Amino acid sequence: MIYLEHYLFLAAIIFTIGVLGIFLNKKNVIIILMSIELILLSVNINLISFSAFLNDISGQIFAMLTLTVAAAEAAIGLAILVVFYRNLGSIEVSKINKLKG
Amino acid sequence: MYLYSITFYVFSLVAVISALMVISARNPVHSVLFLILSFVNASGLFVLLGAEFLAMILVVVYVGAVAVLFLFVVMMLDINFVKLREGFLQYLPFGALLGIVLIIELGILFLTKSFSVNSLSKFVESPVMNEIENTKLIGQVLYTEYFYLFQISGLILLVAMVGSITLTLRDRGQVKRQNISQQNYINANNAIEKKKIKLGEGI
Repeated sequence: MIYLEHYLFLAAIIFTIGVLGIFLNKKNVIIILMSIELILLSVNINLISFSAFLNDISGQIFAMLTLTVAAAEAAIGLAILVVFYRNLGSIEVSKINKLKG
Repeated sequence: MYLYSITFYVFSLVAVISALMVISARNPVHSVLFLILSFVNASGLFVLLGAEFLAMILVVVYVGAVAVLFLFVVMMLDINFVKLREGFLQYLPFGALLGIVLIIELGILFLTKSFSVNSLSKFVESPVMNEIENTKLIGQVLYTEYFYLFQISGLILLVAMVGSITLTLRDRGQVKRQNISQQNYINANNAIEKKKIKLGEGI
């Protein structure tokens, strides 16, 4: 039998993987953006499982808003990445302090 | 019930493994493909939870738009992928320790009974009516109770679109463009020049 805790634990595992993806990467900004997507996915799993198990539809509405924000964030992040690559010729995380002023 | 459990474990196992492969694959293209696999499995879990509309939205928005956007960017940028992997193993022991600590803490938090359905059900605002299908229910709530949030999310998407276009648009200088206001200001007096040409000669 699958309870709410199973889904919460799955979301926790995916969240941890996303945090590790941000933490372990020294060179690749794209992987960091994808890790952020994984974290938002785990948030969505949490929201939807609470919504399903508590019989409350508002969790699914908030999951939809999270999806919207995640899509906007991915678009802007990738645009920044493209400009960054155009100016510097690489996407290394260690060079990202060149973005300031 | 057994089928439900087996489906849950299969979907979640594939989702976790592909999430691990996202952060550890050598080639970023493979990472994006594993991200797609992870999202598809998560949408399967959403179907299991009874949120069919969000499952389909996840497939359409994430797999159809965001992941393909990632693929475009990864393939457009000409990067030395081998060089990008340097330094991964350097932080791995500390990172793994951090991850294990985080997962144990979250597990303790979630596996205690403080998040059980009985203790949380007093916070429920708008209960799901079981005889109405999921999509119809979302529509009923989204356009009435959460209408401002819906409009604000549309505004967020507009701002993101404007921002990403302004960031990536650049003026190359030598590209010829149509100038509409200039075209509208032209009339016969300043567009046509009259010349007297003598017979038998050119201009």
